[in-house]
Parts: sequence; structure tokens; C-alpha cells
Amino acid sequence: MTDDKTPVDRRAFLKGAATGAVAAAVPTPMHAQDHEHEHQVVPSDPALRTKALESLLVEKGLVDPAALDALVDTYENKIGPRNGARVVARAWVDPAYKERLLHDGGAAIAELSYQGAQGEHMVVVENRPKVHNLVVCTLCSCYPWPVLGLPPVWYKSAPYRSRAVIDPRGVLREFGLNLAEDVEVRVWDSTAEIRYLVLPERPAGTEHMTEEELAALVTRDAMVGVARVAPPPGGKA
Amino acid sequence: MNGIHDMGGMHGMGPIRHEENEPVFHAPWEGRVYAINRAIGAWGKWNIDAGRHGIELLPPADYLRMSYYEKWLARNVELLVQHGLVTRQEMESGKPAPGSPKATPALTPDTARAAAARRGSYMRPDAPAKARFQTGQHVRARNINPVGHTRLPRYARGKAGTIFRHHGIFVFPDTNAHFLGEQPQHLYSVRFGARELWGDGASPHDSVYLDLWDSYLEHA
Repeated sequence: MTDDKTPVDRRAFLKGAATGAVAAAVPTPMHAQDHEHEHQVVPSDPALRTKALESLLVEKGLVDPAALDALVDTYENKIGPRNGARVVARAWVDPAYKERLLHDGGAAIAELSYQGAQGEHMVVVENRPKVHNLVVCTLCSCYPWPVLGLPPVWYKSAPYRSRAVIDPRGVLREFGLNLAEDVEVRVWDSTAEIRYLVLPERPAGTEHMTEEELAALVTRDAMVGVARVAPPPGGKA
Repeated sequence: MNGIHDMGGMHGMGPIRHEENEPVFHAPWEGRVYAINRAIGAWGKWNIDAGRHGIELLPPADYLRMSYYEKWLARNVELLVQHGLVTRQEMESGKPAPGSPKATPALTPDTARAAAARRGSYMRPDAPAKARFQTGQHVRARNINPVGHTRLPRYARGKAGTIFRHHGIFVFPDTNAHFLGEQPQHLYSVRFGARELWGDGASPHDSVYLDLWDSYLEHA
């Protein structure tokens, strides 16, 4: 792909980022003449800029504020790592479900009604005594929203994205997980629309727990692969 | 493009900061930016690949400095203007231009909830694409350096790997991001040994799996 085929070049984009994002909340007469300059995006209060953008879009009829409320509520309260935890717990107690989950993650997850944006094509990878899986998106921050919710800041951060592929064992150590040298580490870089969920190992001492109790043990970090599921407090580890 | 976003394998980014009991949004405006992104996306004026490319086009220094949702905010303003949903004048005044037609939102509260749960697809099983590779085959990621959008990270270019899994036929981001069509291709999970990617200092037991489109690969 060459420059002239790229409809959005950096110069055009910069112009927009500078004028649009800033001027939305900080209208000054100067900006009208300022279009042609590639100035830095001046850090201004993103809350104000967001508010200005939202009220413009609402006034133009392009967004419905109640729809925005519904989206925020959905991702704050309804879609989150509890969903993925239920998938994991089901796989731990039901071998047939686990087989379906590893064979066609999307269909098995949909059995529990978890589906939607950024979960269109799910692959589940299983941790075993000698295999540890770790999920990253080095190019942006792809993450399986329907089962884990929106990603935490560290997952989206430059330190994690840069190091997970070159130094996965160091990253895991930083999360408190020291893997033996003979454990195989598989890092999954989410470069396409395939989204990955780690099926962690079921901890010892959980043989008598119900599916619901098991789900309560499963953490987001374990399903990204930066942690193991800890045994229950008081359980025999 | 060989941008700052393509950071796999870089050093010097500092420690990973894990936050206990992290909220979904750290401030209300982050939630609004997230929701605005979904709501304006529903107009169908652009696609997910164009959205990702919009973030990549942010100046590198800004990319590193801005928080995730600040990047989304800047990108969304730009997409709205480029695709004619708002004008620069409106962005500056904060008011709709006199006489501009009022639209009806593409997303209402009910359709917003439904959209969050809808199972869409980037798969195009009926597209006339030929699979040049099969599971188990040795391949090499091509050494390409397109100035536009690509999902082949620099750290894998020129490296040898093995086809681990065939995913099917998927929309090709390199063209879709630039509105040059979906041009679907076969997509594979390709396994690269850590030593092939990073040299002898890496563990012989470890590997990195990337999802790569047919045209990113050549026979090894």
C-alpha cells in the first residue's frame, strides 16, 4: 500500500486530532485560523471535551443519551469476568462441556448466553501442568469482552503489550507467578478477530465444591493467563 | 504502518502496574467515550479496522502519553469529521450548524443493549479465497512494510513458523481499514518458536502464536 492509496494520511489526521479534540471544549477565536498548523494536541480536560462532544452529538440527533447510559450500564454491571468464570467452572465440572469448549469456544460459550461484540470468534486454550497460556494484543488491546468485560489498564498498557511476547516469564514473575523452566509457555497475540480465553487449571482441594463456588474462585487474571486460580482459603493446596 | 502501536518486543516501557479492584471506568467520561464510540459506530460509516488505524495515526508521542480513552476520544472526533457526521466548525463551536438536518439515532437504549449482545461475524465463509497453506506446514511471515494498516507485527516479519490451526476465511484488515473492500482471505494461527523470534536467549520451550492472513505468509 502506498501513500497515495491511503485516504487518511498523517497530516490530515493530525489536523483533526488537534482542532477537533481540543477545540470542542476550548473554543477560542484563534482556532479558526489555526487549521493548517500541525500543532500538538494540547492536553485539556478530557471530561470537558467528552461532554462537549456528547452534547453536540445529542443536539444533532446522532446519539441518544439514554442509549449511552444503557451501554455504560451494560459494561459496568452486566458484562464482566464473572461471565468467563462461569464458563470455566462449567468446564471444570462437566467434561463434555469442556470438550465442546476447547473444540468450538464460541458455540460452547454461547450455550451460557455470553456473546456479542469482541467475542465473535472465541478460542479457548487450556492450561495444563506443563503448558501455560498467556493472552496479549501487541498491536492494540483486543480482549474478549463478552466473557471478561472491558480490559484493565495494565492489559492495554505499553509495558504489558511490549513485553508479553519477548519476556512472558518475566511478565508472569511480575504478577507473582514463577513457572518451572520445563513448562511450555504459549503466548497468544490477538492479531485478528479471534479472541482468546485461558481455561485455567482447577486448583487442588476443590473436589467437593459446587459449580457456583468454583466460579467464585476464578479471576480475570487467571483467564488472561497472568495468574493461576488460587485454592480456596482453608482448602488443602 | 511501522508505528508506535506495533510494540511487541520493545524494551523500556517500564513496569506493569496492576491495580487491585480496578473499576471498569476510572471516571464517568471514560464510560461516555466508550459508549459514544459504540453509538457512532452503529451508523456504519466506518469499520473496526478503520477505527484501529485511526488510533495508529495518532502522533507517537501522543500515543504514549494519552490514556486509552483519550486516544478513543481523539480518534472518534477525527472519524466523525472525516465521514461527514459533524463538521470542523461544529466541533469548534460545539453547536450544530444552522439548518443542518437532525438525524435519528441509530442506537436507542433497547438496540444498544441488543447490539452489545449480538453475535456478528468477521468470517466470510463463502468468499472465493483459496487457502495456500494447511495445518502443520512450515511457513515464513513475509517481510512487508506497508505504510497503511496491517496486522502483521514487525517482530514476526521474516520469521519462520508452523501453521497450527486454520480459522477459515476472514475480512482482510489491510484493505478494509482503507475502505478498499473486505477482500476476505484465509486466516491461520501460526506458531513461532520463541528462539526464532528472539534468539538463543529465549526459552526453547516457549512460543508465540499469531493469527495471520494468507497473504502475510510464504512457503518456507
